[in-house]
Amino acid sequence: MSGALVEVADLRKRYPGAPVDAVAGISFEVREGEIFGLLGPNGAGKTTTIGTITTRVRPTSGRVVVDGFDVRRDPVAVKRRIAVVPQRSNLDRSLTAVENLAFHAAYFGAGRRERRRRALEMLARMGLEGRADDKVDQYSGGMAQRLMIARALMHEPRLLILDEPTTGLDPQSRLFLWEAMLDLRARGVTLMLTTHDMAEADRLCDRIAIVDHGRVIALDTPRGLRRLLPAEHGVEVVVSGPEPLAVAGAEKVEGAADDDRWHGRVYGELAPGDVADAVRAAGRELVELRRIEGSLEDVFVHLTGRELR
Amino acid sequence: MIRAFLALCERDLYVTVRREPVSFLAQSLLQPLFFLFVFGRVLPEIGAAQGDYGSQLLPGILALTLVLTALQNVALPLVIEFSFTKEIEDRLLAPLPVSWVAVEKLLIATVRGVVGGLLILPLGELILPGGIDLGGASIPVLAAMLVAGALVGACLGLVLGTVVPPNRISVAFGLILTPLIFTGATFYPWEALDSLRWFQVVTLLNPMTYVSEGLRGAITDAPHLATGWIVLGIAAGVAVFGGLGVRGFLRRAVD
Ligand SMILES: Nc1ncnc2c1ncn2[C@@H]1O[C@H](COP(=O)(O)OP(=O)(O)OP(=O)(O)O)[C@@H](O)[C@H]1O
Ligand SMILES: [Mg+2]
Repeated sequence: MSGALVEVADLRKRYPGAPVDAVAGISFEVREGEIFGLLGPNGAGKTTTIGTITTRVRPTSGRVVVDGFDVRRDPVAVKRRIAVVPQRSNLDRSLTAVENLAFHAAYFGAGRRERRRRALEMLARMGLEGRADDKVDQYSGGMAQRLMIARALMHEPRLLILDEPTTGLDPQSRLFLWEAMLDLRARGVTLMLTTHDMAEADRLCDRIAIVDHGRVIALDTPRGLRRLLPAEHGVEVVVSGPEPLAVAGAEKVEGAADDDRWHGRVYGELAPGDVADAVRAAGRELVELRRIEGSLEDVFVHLTGRELR
Repeated sequence: MIRAFLALCERDLYVTVRREPVSFLAQSLLQPLFFLFVFGRVLPEIGAAQGDYGSQLLPGILALTLVLTALQNVALPLVIEFSFTKEIEDRLLAPLPVSWVAVEKLLIATVRGVVGGLLILPLGELILPGGIDLGGASIPVLAAMLVAGALVGACLGLVLGTVVPPNRISVAFGLILTPLIFTGATFYPWEALDSLRWFQVVTLLNPMTYVSEGLRGAITDAPHLATGWIVLGIAAGVAVFGGLGVRGFLRRAVD
């Protein structure tokens, strides 16, 4: 991972006539080669933030730079480097699936032969061969989503932006997409995605920004974010022998014997090493040791509260 | 950027030819056909109009076809692509300035308008009692007027398609098309309105008047507005409505 591919600095957006800012001073950067997640409740400003990066929303103030090009000064250079999979389908309904891909490639300068070849190849990669000549309004939601990803990849973008790519997909399609995204990262494409699915963010994202009311309220790796949960410091441990394990300095120890082993949770400001030492000191065998981390979902609710938006 | 522009043109032409040739033809030709038939054939037949009314009518009907075909070919798709389906987004994200996408729409609609206009000529030959006589017509002037007329219509369509909110488009169409058709010197030479001075002045606000009059000058030897006024009227129409339309397009394209 090297420098920043996207820099967003103090971005503000107020839609005409709106009483408050949809985005109220957001700053972050997306590093080359990473998967960056934007998480936040409905209306938090995720789609608006993405819109400014894709040149579809004019920032009220602040700076957005993609690969060194300012979105306001050089929108064409920015558009050449990015691709977008939007929250709602915007496929060209006058065209078939393969034509959607081929014309998209044509907009980016691909020759006639080349675009058809790439279109068919991309359809196959997304599991849509055989549906190439269907009109896109006959596509199901999940197929349309896959087709939009195929379209986005037609011009080999440096940055792929996905706005809630897996919302409304069945588990198979979701798994397929997750793998496709990880595969793209392995090929050096930088990805930026928004999602409400914590498991998805946890599994895919290298770093996550949690936004609420148009502001970034936390930005870290999934693991770093989990550490924000105050009550969840501790270690989960399995040792040989049924009796409870005593650990010096622990705030609370709970556990139960099971099958001649003791499964316990030791809470407090402890490093896993401290617990391992205690196990050794007690002359018992360490079977399993894991740091307790809350789920990303807990973090999210902890940070953004429970009320509906 | 030129390649992206050409690819957008290719997409629109492909869709016209491969996907919707029938609807394109019906949309652009049905109305003028009925006007030609009823006003040019039926009315003289039943004695409600003079026999040569048909040949006087042709320039106006041609103007109507050019303007309305181009207008509808911009406005209707634009309303749908911007609002319900958002399908224009992929083209807005193509590597070219957003304003060029608007210009591309104008260009393609102009081409469609000219095609519609050209198709009216043989149909007029069939429908009108005396056929049509282009013997005295100046072909370069006629060609220029075909392009200019369609361009005016396309500019009007861009304004309509971007300025009117999508939920009002059907009302707006009704409210705008009818006066546009009937104040455009379509069914009468402008000069003949002498006796109805206020109406004659009102029609000067309709850019289609200049298209009709220009074609009247190109095809017939009937009296028509002075060439200078025609050129000025068309140039002003393209500048004003084209400018407003592109501005409206940019406003719709970028939030
Ligand atoms: N085109 C627009 N015009 C006016 N207001 C808008 C527009 N788009 C979004 N907003 C407002 O801006 C705020 C942020 O919306 P945005 O779509 O960015 O949220 P989001 O985080 O993507 O939400 P979701 O998770 O529901 O997709 C909301 O209050 C919304 O009503
Ligand atoms: Mg959104």
